Amino acid sequence: MPRTLRNTKIILLRELTGYFGSPVAYVFIVIFLMLIGFFTFSVSHFYEAGQADMRSHFEWYPWLFLFLIPSVAMRLWADEKRVGTIELIMTLPISLTEVILGKFLAAWFFIGIAQLLTFPLVLSTMYLGAPDYGMIFCAYVGSFLMGGAYLSVGSMTSAITRSQVVSFIIAVVACLFLVLSGWPPVTEALVGWAPLWLINLVSSFSFMTHYQSIQRGVLDFRDIFYYLSFIFFMLYTNGVILLIRRS
Amino acid sequence: MIEIKNLTKYFGLKKAVNDISFEVKKGEVLGFLGPNAAGKSTTMRMITGFIPPSSGTAVIGGSDITKSPIEALQKIGYLPENAPVYPEMTVRSFLEFCAEIRGFSGTTKNKKVDETIEKCFLKDVTYQPASTLSKGFKQRVCFAQSILHDPEYLILDEPTDGLDPNQKYEVRTMIREMGINKSIILSTHILEEVDAVCTRAIIIANGHIVANDTPDQLRARSGLHGAVRLVLQNADAEAVKNQINGIPGIKEIEIIDNTNNRVCLRIYPENITVPLADKILKCATENGYQVETIHTEQGRLDEVFRMITEVGEARSRLDRIVTHKSN
Repeated sequence: MPRTLRNTKIILLRELTGYFGSPVAYVFIVIFLMLIGFFTFSVSHFYEAGQADMRSHFEWYPWLFLFLIPSVAMRLWADEKRVGTIELIMTLPISLTEVILGKFLAAWFFIGIAQLLTFPLVLSTMYLGAPDYGMIFCAYVGSFLMGGAYLSVGSMTSAITRSQVVSFIIAVVACLFLVLSGWPPVTEALVGWAPLWLINLVSSFSFMTHYQSIQRGVLDFRDIFYYLSFIFFMLYTNGVILLIRRS
Repeated sequence: MIEIKNLTKYFGLKKAVNDISFEVKKGEVLGFLGPNAAGKSTTMRMITGFIPPSSGTAVIGGSDITKSPIEALQKIGYLPENAPVYPEMTVRSFLEFCAEIRGFSGTTKNKKVDETIEKCFLKDVTYQPASTLSKGFKQRVCFAQSILHDPEYLILDEPTDGLDPNQKYEVRTMIREMGINKSIILSTHILEEVDAVCTRAIIIANGHIVANDTPDQLRARSGLHGAVRLVLQNADAEAVKNQINGIPGIKEIEIIDNTNNRVCLRIYPENITVPLADKILKCATENGYQVETIHTEQGRLDEVFRMITEVGEARSRLDRIVTHKSN
């Protein structure tokens, strides 16, 4: 196995055991499932809608992720700095890329696990009618990709500071901006005075725009590319910040 | 061999480390001494690549830390200041993690971890999470991590900090034994440690190297070095002083204590290479005094340390004035 893969895997596994070795993982999963259940059933009226699809479930992800993912991401680097283990990890014979990737993938994988635990809802939908499986699959992929984008923002803000609270707040605000930039009220506010290309540019930067098209069951290469390149850019910035802030 | 070449570090406008160069050969244990905030940790962090130097570099066994950091880091074991350990991990899983990163797997990994646990007396806490450990144990866990892969080069930032006297003794014994076939740099502000383990000591103050010598040679810089301390029973201080003053080669006699007919004197020689003790002893017995103790002083490291670091401080004040003027 190539060195990079091996080292990334070692970091990833250490991070994951870290999550499940502390209450963080369990608290996150329980709260995530409770909230998503509450919104799906009580707010969006999953049963009353009378449709065998999961739109009432997936439409809540951008808003739930907005608070929950920064809370997972805030400890990624801020905690390493607070405890001082950053000095240990950065003087082990591994590259910074391997550490950043390992930590990021572990957190992403963890969010994936939390999402997979919503499977009873898929079973209910199947029981109630004949849903479009392709659409459900696309929505899961789309929300997972969007989760990764949120996470990369949180990882980057976590590298700025040793305070988890500061990291959390900056990440929430940054993500809120990225969500809202494609939200109709915001784009509508631009219509009429801003040139069309600017409206398009702003809304094309939004998580929302790309999420909605995937959610409709269209797994477009451009949307996937958007999320992956966004994650890459954020993690790259993350690395640059770490290199600058260490001295 | 570890070669430190002109390492310099600025934090903003402040020069924390100023053009430091030295070498550590195999079999050497180098003590890195200095007052707080002298630049000890900063230098060690630059040697291990944690912070980039403003200029200069460190070459570890032929690998330049700024050019090929991974290659250099493979040869190093590093114990950072305050001994950081992942709090939620057990001692064993932490050491296994470090072993994996160092490239061990399977049975070799387990063997390495077992050996290290044994060596660092961590058997009783093997399955305890690090967050529940005392300072002394955390220190040893992090120390264990640094020697796990049996590196050629060890960089230890205050390795005995927070340990009790017994643990200090054990760690020092270990360092001394390892020093035979490794190059070790350790920082400390405990002077007895330098005597106990180091073959050489570097003193830095305000980012400058102000002394680089063996502990014995450093001690020889002390004003006390070579002086004879003499304690007599049933004697009169002034009388003794006059009698001893008759011996040729004496520079000065100091009466340290004079109570209940017990006289304690310190006799400074003119030339420390000419031993005086035998002549003084002869003089004392000839005059019928009862000699309680007589010994030649080696000098005291703490005195030398104070003397040297104060000079260093003065020098850096001068530096500041010079830069100020040239600006």
